[in-house]
This record gives sequence, structure tokens and C-alpha cells, in this order.
Amino acid sequence: MEFLNYEFMQRALLAAALVGVTAPAVGIYLVQRRQALMGDGIGHVAMTGVGLGFLLSTSPVWMATAVAVVGAVAMELIRWYGKTRGDIALAMLFYGGMAGGVMLINLAPGGSNANLSSYLFGSLSTVSEDDVTAICLLAAFVVLVTVGLRRQLFAVSQDEEFARVTGLPVRALNLLTAVTAAVTVTVAMRVVGLLLVSALMVVPVAAAQQLTRSFAATFAIAVAIGISVTLGGTVTSYYQDVPPGATIVLLTIGVFIVLTLLATPLARRRARASAARDTACTADVPGARGTSDEVTV
Amino acid sequence: MADAKSESGISPVISLRAVTAELGGRPVLRGIDLTVARGEVVALLGANGSGKSTAVRTVIGQVPVTGGAVEIFGTPRRRFRDWARVGYVPQRTTAAGGVPATVTEVVTSGRLSRARFGVLRKADREAVAHALEQVGMADRAKDSVSALSGGQHQRVLIARALVSEPELLIMDEPMAGVDLASQEVLAATLRHQVEQGASVLLVLHELGPLEPLIDRAVVLRDGCVLHDGPPPKAVGQHALPGHDHVHPHDADAAPVRTGLLT
Repeated sequence: MEFLNYEFMQRALLAAALVGVTAPAVGIYLVQRRQALMGDGIGHVAMTGVGLGFLLSTSPVWMATAVAVVGAVAMELIRWYGKTRGDIALAMLFYGGMAGGVMLINLAPGGSNANLSSYLFGSLSTVSEDDVTAICLLAAFVVLVTVGLRRQLFAVSQDEEFARVTGLPVRALNLLTAVTAAVTVTVAMRVVGLLLVSALMVVPVAAAQQLTRSFAATFAIAVAIGISVTLGGTVTSYYQDVPPGATIVLLTIGVFIVLTLLATPLARRRARASAARDTACTADVPGARGTSDEVTV
Repeated sequence: MADAKSESGISPVISLRAVTAELGGRPVLRGIDLTVARGEVVALLGANGSGKSTAVRTVIGQVPVTGGAVEIFGTPRRRFRDWARVGYVPQRTTAAGGVPATVTEVVTSGRLSRARFGVLRKADREAVAHALEQVGMADRAKDSVSALSGGQHQRVLIARALVSEPELLIMDEPMAGVDLASQEVLAATLRHQVEQGASVLLVLHELGPLEPLIDRAVVLRDGCVLHDGPPPKAVGQHALPGHDHVHPHDADAAPVRTGLLT
């Protein structure tokens, strides 16, 4: 536990833990709406913000937040009013955002794509005091929205048409989801990097639902997986001197694979039990085999 | 026409006057009138693509109208806010959410029109349990909705509509793809609601087991009202006047095509 003595590690672990909570907390709604890759798109758009931050010599984190929020709102608007094919419009936004970032950072005095790489792939050891403050504030907002409005967001993400008839402000909630996702992307930017953010939003949720039947349990387990892998990945990268972002993402995928392998027999048993409940005869025959008995040949 | 009926009530719970609507630039409703009086059960019938689902979706605001007036409980739809009085059962889609959800979680979302800030009290939880009992799904409360059959899924969606204790039920093809046992449960549930004084607007492909409950049938064809009156005594379920029963595979007999059919 000697790594806890270093201040940069304390900052890194705090930032990593916050990402571990926020990314799956937002990601679960995106997965529920079948927009799992939205986080990836926002990450691309946020690159323009990072570039703009360098060019204007302001904080890249706050600039990226501003641009990512604008980008996420634009994506939501395209989804409503999109006369052209939605996916084409989104592609323009994604790649325009990425190209804009590369261009702006090269225009910045003394800037080069080398500066960009710490944002693309994360750079935990260079997380500054100011970064930590920004990350804490943004993470607090994300948690407030995703936990405080969980019933409303669940309803809108599950069935938008029905949610409208319950009188929920569907559009406002959709916009809020988009903004929250954008904020999460910038929270995670310093830890796992813009290109790997989406993995932490989607994979813990996918892993959790191998085991769960309810939304609440999926949420809780996804967040638990998120914290475990971000902390675990950060510590591993300290001892092994490997890039933290990549370590975290590979760990998450490892968790997904392990849970999937564990869950397959579990799901089979469950399916068998429910089939038995639906179809089994109720007559009690002494000595008869039940459908749930293991039969080996 | 429908006017005779609505004059006897106070104000109709649903009133569409000369409503037009289009989808993707193609006119789907060409000026339809439709009223549901208090306590009345109205079936909206018609072939695929006749505009019956679109008509219902203009009522809930999912499809914008291009002309005419839509009123709910006497209030123009745009100003209507009292959604707890309306229970809606959408046409069942196979697309469940991308994340597992239990029967209870799905039904609870229907209670949000009463639990405004998402804070559930004891009464809300009781309402959820009661709604599940009504559709005979109380024993599946903790199961994932993705583990249910089509009929059970439909019963859950109806419980979700009932949980806000609505005065008006709007159901889009509640019997489509539903097994016989579930159909009977649904018919009994609906009968109970009607006895309690609920008004109902049903989109149906055929009258089927709900026939005894229905006060009036409105038949649409090609975005126009073709018949509005007592449900005709069917000689077999398909003998309805103006009811062109078109199956998607009848390539040569289709009067109207929706974009969904190939």
C-alpha cells in the first residue's frame, strides 16, 4: 500500500474511482436506449474542445466539457428533427469533431499531437489539483442526475412513447441524458482517455446484466464493477508501469468474459426452472424424476 | 354519426374533429371525427395502414396533427397536463430495453404520473401490486420482462397503464399476438375497468373476445371514417362492413400499404 503515500497516486485513485462510478451510471441509460456507442461519439466531439482549450490557453477539461455538451445536444436534436439519415449526420459530427481537435491543437502555439495523446488515451499520473476539483464537481452532477432521476430516466429510456403519456418531460429528460453523458466523457477523459471512455460506459453494464434480472441490480453491479476495475487498473499500472487507460479497459473486458462464462450455466438453470414452472405437471408421482434433476448418460 | 352519442354525455373524454395528419409527407389521416363519451367503450377498426394507430397517436401527442382539433377531457391536447387520468397501452413491440428490468420496475414506471418526483410512497407500491394482481401477474413480479411470453408481456403493459388508476384507457391492438389464456384475462380486466366507469378507446384488428364490451365501432379506411355506430353483428369475425382484412402476404389484394409491409 506504499503507493498511497504519493500525492499523485491519491489524486489518480480519486479520479479513477469517480470515473468508475459515473461512467456505468450514465452508460446504463445509453445501453437501455440502445445508444451504446453514443459515448464514443461524444468522445470524438470533445477532442475539438481539448484543441480549443490549448489554442485559447484555458483549461482543456472545462473546454472539452463545453464542447462535448454542445455536441451531445446537437446529436439529440438530430435525433428529433433529422430529415437526413440520422447516422450520416452523426458520422459528420463525430469525425468533424475529431478532425477539428487535431487541427486546433496544431494551430495552438507550441502545440502538437503529442499533447493530444494524453487526452486520447488518458494520463493519470499527470492529473493536477485543478483537474481533480473539476472531476469532483462534474462527477457530483452526474451522480445527482443518474441516481436522483433514476425512475424518470428509466421510464424514458425503456419506452419513450409511454413516458410521454405519463406526462414526463420526455425531451428535457433526453437532453439531460445527453448532457450528463457528455459531462461523464470529460470526467473520464484524464483517466481512460477519450477513445476508451465508451468502454467504461458500456462494458460494466453488459457484464452486470449477465447476472441480473432487474434494472436496480444491474445498476448497482455495474457501478461496483466500474469502481473495481478503475482502482484495480490504476494500481496495476503503478506497479507494472503500463498505461492505466488500456489496463482498465482490458480488465473490464476480462470481467465481462469471466461473468459471461459464469452466467451461462446460471441462465440455463433459470430457464429450466421457469420452463418447469410453466409446463410441469402438478400430479405427484413417487420416485419420478423432476425436470430440474441432472440427468447424465 | 358520433355526435348523437356525445351530446348525451357531459363533455367527451376524447374528441377529434376534422383531424389530419401525415407521416413522412404522406397523408395518413384525411379529416377524421372521433369521440369517446364518458363511460363508453369505442373500438377503432380498420385494415393495416388505415390510420387507426396514427389516430390514437395523435391523441397522446406522439404524432403531430396538421389540421383539426384534438381534445382530451375537454382540454386541447397541447394544454392537457393531467396525464394520470389516461392509461396508455402502446402497440407491443418486440424491442424491450437494452438492460434487464423486472415486471415490477416496468409497472412502477406507469405510476410516475402520480408520483411526480419519482418518490414512491406506500400507496404507490400497493397500486403496483394491485395492478399486477388484476392482470394475474403478481407471481411474476420479480421476473425479468424478457423472460415473459407475448401474452404475459402484454398483461404487464396493461398493468403499467392501470397503475395510475386512469379514467380513460387507450389501447393499441391489445390482443395482437396474445395467447387465449391471456386474452381472457385481458377481457376480464377490461370488463372490470368498464364496470368501474372507465372510458376506453381500443384499436383492434378484429372484435374478437372483446366484442360484448364494445358500445360503438369506428371503422377507418385510407385515413377516413367509413362507419361510426354500433358494432355490427359479425358473422364470423371478419364480416365487418368496410373491414378489409388484408394479410401482409396477400400481395395483390392490398388497398393501402404502410411502409412497414413489404
